[in-house]
Amino acid sequence: MRYILRKLGFYLIAAWMAVTLNFALPRLIPGDPVQLIMARQSQLGPVPPGEKEALEKMLGLGHGSILSQYGDYLASIARLRFGLSVTYFPTPVADILRSSVLWTVVLVGTATVISVLIGLTLGTLAGWRRGTWLDSLVPATTFLAAVPYFWVALLLIYLFTQVWPVFPDQFSYDPGLDIGWSGEFASSALRHAILPALTIVVSSVGGWMLGMRNMMVSTLSEDYVSAAEAKGLRPRTVMLGYAARNAVLPSVAGFAISLGFVISGSLVMEMVFSYQGIGYQLLQAVTNSDYPLMQAIFLAITFTVLSANFLVDVLYGFVDPRTRLAR
Amino acid sequence: MNAPATAPAGPGSPAGPDGPDGRDVVLRARDVRVEYDGERPTRAVRGVSFELRRGEVLGIAGESGCGKSTLAYAVTRMLKAPARMTGGSLSFRTREGEELDLLALDEEGLRTFRWSRLSLVFQSAMNALNPVTTVGRQFADVFRAHRPDMGPEERDRRARELLEMVGIDADRVRSHPHELSGGMRQRVVIAMALALEPDVVIMDEPTTALDVVVQREILDEVERLRAELGFSVVFITHDLGLLLEISDRLAVMYAGEVVEYAPAEQLAGGAAHPYTQGLLRSFPDLAGERRELRGIPGSPPDLRGDLAGCAFADRCEHAFEPCRTTAPRLLDLGRAAGPWSAACHLHDPAHRPPAGAPARPGAPAPSDVPAPSDVPAPSGTPVPAGTPEPAPAAPGGGPTTEGRQP
Repeated sequence: MRYILRKLGFYLIAAWMAVTLNFALPRLIPGDPVQLIMARQSQLGPVPPGEKEALEKMLGLGHGSILSQYGDYLASIARLRFGLSVTYFPTPVADILRSSVLWTVVLVGTATVISVLIGLTLGTLAGWRRGTWLDSLVPATTFLAAVPYFWVALLLIYLFTQVWPVFPDQFSYDPGLDIGWSGEFASSALRHAILPALTIVVSSVGGWMLGMRNMMVSTLSEDYVSAAEAKGLRPRTVMLGYAARNAVLPSVAGFAISLGFVISGSLVMEMVFSYQGIGYQLLQAVTNSDYPLMQAIFLAITFTVLSANFLVDVLYGFVDPRTRLAR
Repeated sequence: MNAPATAPAGPGSPAGPDGPDGRDVVLRARDVRVEYDGERPTRAVRGVSFELRRGEVLGIAGESGCGKSTLAYAVTRMLKAPARMTGGSLSFRTREGEELDLLALDEEGLRTFRWSRLSLVFQSAMNALNPVTTVGRQFADVFRAHRPDMGPEERDRRARELLEMVGIDADRVRSHPHELSGGMRQRVVIAMALALEPDVVIMDEPTTALDVVVQREILDEVERLRAELGFSVVFITHDLGLLLEISDRLAVMYAGEVVEYAPAEQLAGGAAHPYTQGLLRSFPDLAGERRELRGIPGSPPDLRGDLAGCAFADRCEHAFEPCRTTAPRLLDLGRAAGPWSAACHLHDPAHRPPAGAPARPGAPAPSDVPAPSDVPAPSGTPVPAGTPEPAPAAPGGGPTTEGRQP
């Protein structure tokens, strides 16, 4: 328990530093960012009263001492008030985040988890049965991992929307449907998610498999695995409880890193599929100099990376007792 | 450290494979051969035979690379590619009197045999524990695999009992291996080896990584447990001094072969093979007189391919004419101390060196070369129990025929 609290403390400090850095950045932008943003907003439509103050608070550029500015900034972040988006003026940034984060997290998160599970399972089996047909599958999957993944995406789009038109080629759901808990919407969302998810799985499963397979092979030569075998344990117990249990440790750390990239790493995939996730919004924000949206997305990415790392740190404490130092 | 239960076999007791004396033999290895595959296969074990009697400690000594550990792996059928057993037989007699052919066991038979009949304490027992699970869990794994009808509480109770038996606090079942000291881990490993009360425990350099004080504690512990539980031990180490003390009988290995087989108590005073003499000279005797410590010059031969003549000839100060051409056979020396054999032409009446045998300055052994009357004629001599039968001089026999059964 103290282990978890210590980790939590560490991550809170890291989060605070990220937020503070975000506060400092607008001050480094030459010129007046608020004026810049409002000028762009006014091109798109009438700017509501109070928008200037909201932007200043959001960017931490209001009146008063720097400390009170900082306080205002923290308060508005705590209430998820990030100002209005320029790209989708006058929609609040928080609404855009809310509607796009979930798409990305569900799609990329699920695809990553599936890819890890398949990769680790195949890697375990390939390492356990070294030299069999399964093991010779490893180079083929690394080839898939070496292919740029937007190319895999384009290939899949070509194959499954042009050659065999089974799946839709863009958007995260059929725009003609209302978002809700209807079966029609769910099946549409699922059909739209299959190709992007397949892209992620195909391009990343090889890495997981190769890493796991190699760790398996080196773990199998450890004394405790030979000992387990000499003990007459069932082969399943030896493979899972002794070999794979130890071989998986580096992959758990790798999993933490890849979870952190769930939000930011999906940018290219979301572009290719015009999937309305957070990567797609980030691209829009950058092309439209939409600072409020960009800032909010950066914060969201930072927080996902941190919370994913925290989760895995906790998980690591469970899978490897040696990391639970002091009790 | 002689087993009180085992009476030393008399020098003349007849014991062939089916001899009446063979009844208390628990593990019998005959002409075991192991090769490591490669461009030129390394023949690491070249026809080793031994018999292990119930309740005794058989020491296997030899320098690194002489095939000790490979032999242990072969006996437990733990060899993995590129190593492979190319010949020999292994039979095991259980406490209940059932005769098992270890080479004929199928996978499931082998699995149930392991640990319940024969357990192993590994060379680096420090690393023999799974680092990510608790000690108790690892005991439970053993019971789950071999005693499926044991409940969780009983498994836990037994694990605690075993830990206490080796002098470790029973609450350590909840500890992970990294929370234990080296000596404690070693004790845990030994407790685990005894978990199913096996007939035989093979200990492969179990104390090499420990300092002498802990080593002593562990050895005393093993001796106490052995007297209590009555299992047999094959103790493998390069430390001949240690073996002289704890074994009942001793096999000295060199280049994949047993070169001398002797009762441990008498070996220090009467080593017959020049290699054994060399080993004895390489460590100090605390109780004996001061003398110059000498190693054995040179290094063991390349085990790839055939060796012409005696494998030790190049390093042997007594080497004479036949040593480089003819492989010596393991012959019984007919000594009164018990079954005692050596593979050396110095002791083979057929190759007796000329009268003025080279002097051996500094050799501590008083009678390396027994008087002619000590040496029985090789033909028709009953071979004492526990002694690999000497092979008749086979035509074209290299070292490979060494120890082959007729």
